[in-house]
Amino acid sequence: MTRIIVVTSGKGGVGKTTTSAAIAMGFAKKGHKTAVIDFDVGLRNLDLIMGCERRVVYDIVNVIYGEATLNQALIKDKHCENLYILPASQTRDKDALSQEGVGQILEELAAKDFKYIVCDSPAGIEKGAHLAMYFADDAFVVTNPEVASVRDSDRMLGILASKSRRAEQNLEPIKEYLLLTRYSPERVRIGEMLSVADVQDILSLHLLGVIPESKSVLTASNSGTPVILDEKSDAGQAYVDIVARYLGEDKPHRFIEEEKKGLFGKFFGSK
Amino acid sequence: MPTDSQKMPNNSPPLEFKSGSFSVPILILFTNDLKFIGQQLHEKVDLAPEFFKNSPLIFDVQELNKQSLDVDISALVIVIRQAGLLPTGIRGGNIPQNKIAVELFIPVYSAHSINITPTDSQKQKQKIIVPEPIVDVITTTTMITRPIRSGQRIYAAGDLVVLAQVSAGAEIMAEGNIHVYGSLRGRALAGVQGNVNARIFCSDLQAELISIAGNYKISDDMRDIVSKKFVQVYLQEHTLIIKDIE
Repeated sequence: MTRIIVVTSGKGGVGKTTTSAAIAMGFAKKGHKTAVIDFDVGLRNLDLIMGCERRVVYDIVNVIYGEATLNQALIKDKHCENLYILPASQTRDKDALSQEGVGQILEELAAKDFKYIVCDSPAGIEKGAHLAMYFADDAFVVTNPEVASVRDSDRMLGILASKSRRAEQNLEPIKEYLLLTRYSPERVRIGEMLSVADVQDILSLHLLGVIPESKSVLTASNSGTPVILDEKSDAGQAYVDIVARYLGEDKPHRFIEEEKKGLFGKFFGSK
Repeated sequence: MPTDSQKMPNNSPPLEFKSGSFSVPILILFTNDLKFIGQQLHEKVDLAPEFFKNSPLIFDVQELNKQSLDVDISALVIVIRQAGLLPTGIRGGNIPQNKIAVELFIPVYSAHSINITPTDSQKQKQKIIVPEPIVDVITTTTMITRPIRSGQRIYAAGDLVVLAQVSAGAEIMAEGNIHVYGSLRGRALAGVQGNVNARIFCSDLQAELISIAGNYKISDDMRDIVSKKFVQVYLQEHTLIIKDIE
């Protein structure tokens, strides 16, 4: 069974595309055939993060309008053969997407035995974000530990619960997972940032993982390699954990407490 | 698949059928004197103009037909409309009457047997128009088990019970009481149709706004309320009282 995952947040700049690229690569590295779709038509970024911007010929809008086949538009990742990228169009806007067209693409991907389809949602709650989440089975809600991001995530959760295909057809609701990104335990300690507990209290959502604020994210983005491939970085390891947890492995939470210097990377469980 | 996706960008299903039950006043007629009916209707409506304004109304002509008194349905409809009421059904009409009603787009309801003893009917003849008692306590309860998120609105025609949190930026409204067994961080409005006896019960009051029958408090007015405690909110002489529940 194909599982459609939307990576969403409401607010912009919280790490949706970084997360989409990382988890898609994570699933593929675990041996699952995975596709990652950029829904941010007009502000295409996923191709840069995935390092395939030089190989984009056709995009999702071309497929929807029948100007290219899905096979022509899918770009095979250079790091992992199980991973395919469907880029967004840079010259169009979100209205070029249609629910019918997106539904057909997802069906076709399912027919091609893709195990996971990761939908990288644009910011906002308008058409692009709506179509990214509409067909989803699972939602990764990416949130930064600050009030505006938390509120926007809450709004997005409301939309997931009421406007998705699963909600409209009275099916089992979308499974929602919380990903707290750009987390800095030091700043939480001095009261500059909401803690994991604060965010969970407001959103009451299952925490899939915490990704620490890390220089490696920017480095990875600029070099076009998903941060999950940087095994030495804390953010990369956090994404490895998240993928494992989502796939059912029992991994204690890390990066929630401050690391004690001098000790060899002391990791804490959350509970 | 629908093809008019251009017209409906989000392609939500265009319609949905749901069953619902409402309490609607029924006007039972004992005379076919339209002028008299009009007069009586106006008197009734003037007693509570806001309540009756644009109220739906089903008229019942069963008694007239029992006494073989014919009534001009189209004229009757005009009389009812002139009184500010919206006729939404006919009950107990004969075949020609029902036919006229349908032509006027007024639905036909089947007649229940109304047992009126002759003496009652005699008494009521003097009063002419006897609307059925209007049920003012609505017993339907809306139950919500999932969190109500920012931007969501819930309206309950009766009581509203929420077994999860209500997020900041969410709005819950009920014509009756509101119960929230979780953190209440959004807006909660009870008795929105003017029921001053409605109350709000809450296990953790951190609301942006609470209101009963239009009397409200904003969170700034509730700074001294301790959260994570069971409280109830009720109206006393136009003032909202927030009290702990021991």
